Amino acid sequence: MAAINLNVNGKKQTIDVDPKTPMLWVLRDHLNLVGTKFGCGIAQCGACTILVDGSSTRACQLPVSAAEGKAITTIEGLSENGDHPVQKAWLEHDVPQCGYCQAGQIMSAVSLLKSNPNPSDADIDNAMNGNICRCGTYLRIKAAIKTAAGSNV
Amino acid sequence: MTIVKTSIGRRSFLKVSALAGGGLVLGFNSLISCTHKSEVEVLALPKEWFEINGYLKIGDNGVVTIMSPNPEIGQNVKTSMPMLVAEELDVDWKNVIVEQAPLNTDIFTRQLAGGSQSISSAWKGMRTAGGAARHMLREAAATAWQVPVNEITTEAGVLSHKASGKSAGYGEMASAAAKLEVPKEVTLKDIQDFKIIGTDRKNVDGLKIVTGKPLFGLDYKRDGMLIAMIAHPPAFGMRLKSVDDSQAKAMPGIKDVITINTYAEDYSRQWCDVDAFSDLVVVVGNTTWEVMNARKVLKLEWEIFDTHSKTFSTFWGTSESIKVPGGLENSSKHTQQMAEMSTKKGKVVRKDGNPEAAFRKAAKVIERSYTAPFLAHNTMEPMNFFAHVTDDMAELVGPIQTPEFMEKSVAARLGLPLEKVDIQMTRMGGGFGRRLYGHFLVEAAVISQKVKAPIKLIYSREDDMTFGTYRPAYHAKYKAALDENNNLIAFHVNAGGIPESPLFANRFPAGAVANYLAEEWAQESNITVGAFRAPRSNFIAGAEQSFLDEVAEAAGKDPIEFRLELLDKALNSPVGEKNDYEADRYAGVLKLVREKSNWGTEQSGVYRGVSAYFCHDSYVAHVIDLVMENGKPRVQKVHCAVDCGIVVNPIAATNLVEGGSVDGIGHAMYSGMTFTEGTPDQTNFDKYRLIRHKEAPSAIDVHFVKNEIDPTGLGEPPFPPVIAALANAMYKGTGKRIYSQPFVKELETSALRM
Repeated sequence: MAAINLNVNGKKQTIDVDPKTPMLWVLRDHLNLVGTKFGCGIAQCGACTILVDGSSTRACQLPVSAAEGKAITTIEGLSENGDHPVQKAWLEHDVPQCGYCQAGQIMSAVSLLKSNPNPSDADIDNAMNGNICRCGTYLRIKAAIKTAAGSNV
Repeated sequence: MTIVKTSIGRRSFLKVSALAGGGLVLGFNSLISCTHKSEVEVLALPKEWFEINGYLKIGDNGVVTIMSPNPEIGQNVKTSMPMLVAEELDVDWKNVIVEQAPLNTDIFTRQLAGGSQSISSAWKGMRTAGGAARHMLREAAATAWQVPVNEITTEAGVLSHKASGKSAGYGEMASAAAKLEVPKEVTLKDIQDFKIIGTDRKNVDGLKIVTGKPLFGLDYKRDGMLIAMIAHPPAFGMRLKSVDDSQAKAMPGIKDVITINTYAEDYSRQWCDVDAFSDLVVVVGNTTWEVMNARKVLKLEWEIFDTHSKTFSTFWGTSESIKVPGGLENSSKHTQQMAEMSTKKGKVVRKDGNPEAAFRKAAKVIERSYTAPFLAHNTMEPMNFFAHVTDDMAELVGPIQTPEFMEKSVAARLGLPLEKVDIQMTRMGGGFGRRLYGHFLVEAAVISQKVKAPIKLIYSREDDMTFGTYRPAYHAKYKAALDENNNLIAFHVNAGGIPESPLFANRFPAGAVANYLAEEWAQESNITVGAFRAPRSNFIAGAEQSFLDEVAEAAGKDPIEFRLELLDKALNSPVGEKNDYEADRYAGVLKLVREKSNWGTEQSGVYRGVSAYFCHDSYVAHVIDLVMENGKPRVQKVHCAVDCGIVVNPIAATNLVEGGSVDGIGHAMYSGMTFTEGTPDQTNFDKYRLIRHKEAPSAIDVHFVKNEIDPTGLGEPPFPPVIAALANAMYKGTGKRIYSQPFVKELETSALRM
């Protein structure tokens, strides 16, 4: 166990936890932020995608100790009311079916648009390829990313 | 207009006095974020709710809460089913709040997600519930205004009496309406008067989903709750022999390590009580990570079990003994066994005319075999359940497609009466049939009972993928005879699988061919199986529709024209009497997809395949446009025509058809579970391939047949036919027919690395 200083969604806090604990379980079990989902545990499905200093990262493979001193953003931290441009685009296209993977998809999309505000189809495919959607909403995800493109994410 | 008898019993009409507090609390929780108004707008909270019937309650300010009875697995019933109530209640959808109902067999029937039947089963009942409430509101207004009830009209939640100029919102009459008797019959709207049904209504949980609110079973929490994870045998055919938990118990955060037996030895299982491994080791602790770590240091020994049997109760109340063969199975052997079985005579399930004679006199005979592997459901949310079991009560919360059935299983296991078992359904991170089989719910209950604490059982992805309940492995051999004029004169299918046959003997082309023979067989296994999105159809459609494409080619006919000719025969001079499809609706989707895809106008470099299938009472046809990029096939566009009767919520229905098409393409192309000495070769998404963004079609056009037929299934029907449309398009693009799933394996052997 060790005291770890975290900055999650702009909130600074210290938690006492095994430093090897993946950020995913720190978020879900310790910080009660369950929007970040568990899908595979081996960084293959993208359901646990969060932003670390603005870049998409798989929380299941990120030891909490490595998150110390970094700005962590989870789906809960994107906006107060769901009015982040990417969230709004997701609602406009009525993207989700079961909805489980969508937090991860949204976080990957935000990361993409931060670095590439107007991505091509190929850019979207490449950036999103690590996020699996078993319901098959890929086309709507792409359409929503295009709608959100160009907005200030 | 349609007059229907109300079948909603008195029992479900809880009155104002009976509901007060509970209703308010529930309403309050959901009001914060469950409205589907624009993301920041929140409906004003009513001071008081009046429960009109078990399906709905109306606030004094006119806000309406509609209960959604069925499990939501992503098929959108939580939006589409309440739309049925809202339509006949005649309210403005923006004043509607939807709540997930718990299991309540007193009020609701068929609280189940399966067979694509939620909307069709609820079509009349849920509209009647809305219509009955509307009638009671009108009666209340008639009494208050002293005017005849038939002079009172409604619109968007407002009652009006034209002659006197009086009007009132539903909220003003809700209290009086709640005290009235349920009408014996109500009049339902004509289809052309629908204002909500047939219009786009976005997902009522949309905002919660995109903001990461706790919606799913895995997100559920309770004070004092412990986390539990299981260890199960590494191979099918094995069981637990011994446990050394000393090291695991000493790990930080660990409360206990126990062994459980999910189902009692003498228990006669229901169909949904399938589980491969009943003796489990369970680690219980404070946090998920601690439990995962402790589980790694368990020292477990396994042993190979002998052939034995499990008892299942049947729908007819009798018991059936199912053999579980001993031994460790291999996929390579399965493939051989199935090929061998297909050379033998199967059980004849349908025979028309004289197929043997017709084959003898044929000008051309085509024979082809198709295979597909086991598939894991791989819902993105792994199996999990919350349970709090005390001496006299079991409280269960989580993702389950069969709450009503599982209530019986868990009550029997715990020795509690049904009324002491409370099951609440969370939104599910996918179902696809996997959560019909609720062993994990029973496991959670048994664990909670043993450790005397509220617990949440969590499966890791590996636990989930290696626990069985797979789509079976299948094999189908087809034979067709053409005469000298290229007419299909005989058709023979011999199909089977491990451990069940995929055949629907009375489906097309049965009824369209004078000489027809269908045989089936099954080979037992200790690898457990269960329904997977469009059971059996998910294989046999692809096989049959690929075969028909090849037969059409051999006959020198256009594949759509060839199918339409057969359907014309089935319509005008059907063979046999048990044909289970409507040939004109079948032909209808083929004609629609032909028109919408501009079939017959070839584009250079675009390779096309077609397919059509009937299942879950609906008809779907696909045309796939495929291009070759760097020598690899890529699906550019999917054209899809669907006849599922009246479409309740087009935006969601379109989403479901798009998703079903992607899902079908993905599984046929990439997915499969294989086994070596009983051990799954795939345990996570590094080896088990699911379709990803790059591999998805660039566009999917969905077209619904417009008719006034009562709604039929939609969650499953788009999956099966797309597989053959893909195979047939790939043949055009690569010159190679594909007979085995996953297609990617066959492509790789022909140097087309995917």
